[in-house]
Amino acid sequence: MSSQLYWEDVKEGGEITPLPKVATTQMLVKFAGASGDFNPLHYEDIFAREQGMERPIVHGQLKRAWLCQMMVDWIGEEGWLKKLSCQFRSVDLPRFMASLTDCKDGETWQCKGKITKKYVEGDEHLVECEIEVDNGKGEKTTTGTAVAVLPVRSA
Amino acid sequence: MTLDEIKQEYVGKVGESVLLEVEAGAIKQFAAAVDDYNPLYCDGDYARSSKYGTIIAPPGFFGWPVKFIPGRAPMLAQLFQDLTKDLREAGYPVLLDGGIELESFVPVRAGDILMCIPVIKSITKRETKAGKTMVISIGERDYVNQNGTLATRSSQTLINMTA
Repeated sequence: MSSQLYWEDVKEGGEITPLPKVATTQMLVKFAGASGDFNPLHYEDIFAREQGMERPIVHGQLKRAWLCQMMVDWIGEEGWLKKLSCQFRSVDLPRFMASLTDCKDGETWQCKGKITKKYVEGDEHLVECEIEVDNGKGEKTTTGTAVAVLPVRSA
Repeated sequence: MTLDEIKQEYVGKVGESVLLEVEAGAIKQFAAAVDDYNPLYCDGDYARSSKYGTIIAPPGFFGWPVKFIPGRAPMLAQLFQDLTKDLREAGYPVLLDGGIELESFVPVRAGDILMCIPVIKSITKRETKAGKTMVISIGERDYVNQNGTLATRSSQTLINMTA
């Protein structure tokens, strides 16, 4: 875990620590089992093509989970992720596997974001952020916002 | 059913509540699938010594689909399944995930029993630039814990499109 972030340490326009992620066909299988999302769009070629896709696509909810991970890692254990919303702008295709454990070369996704607002509401010290997942070409395939409570040094 | 009939039938409709047991093993499996090895999700000893006192669920654990016990509950709440089936039969067979909003009010701990209450908030129709018609449905779920406290709320956008 990274060191604790405090509300006093951040400023509007500041960046969230980015999180690189790789989606593989194997990860999609694991995520289907772990999340209970057995939509064949995420594992069956013929079904995916019938749905107008090139091949099975990355779960939107997996990308959402990546964004949650980025936010939670950044705000630290004393922070609280109060709200997160995201919209899936375009589909992503997972890397293929090269072996039982390793995937082939391919794109790496970047989760990133910045602080758009820093404010106090009641007794909560908050930050509002724009967040996104960029594909290997730098295109935003998922965008969203997040609101988090941060601890204060003076408390 | 026509789209207007579907709107009349579903908007504001509250679905059957489902009980959800938050299992430590399911949390660890979810975190591993995301490649997120935060010790609060995966390491019982670490989590016990934290302010939470036990393993907690990551915020991404909730939403669509709900983490039902595999084999004992459908991927989508029955209400949302019925809606997507009726939309499919009305000429909108392609189902896409349009996005989600999650609100977390209190931590969800391993061992919590949550009551999941689904409701359809809205259904709207829109034309795409590609000439397709999409129906956008917003489905909300409240997760209320064993103490009667609202722990998490998810608002899911489901998109049904013409083929």
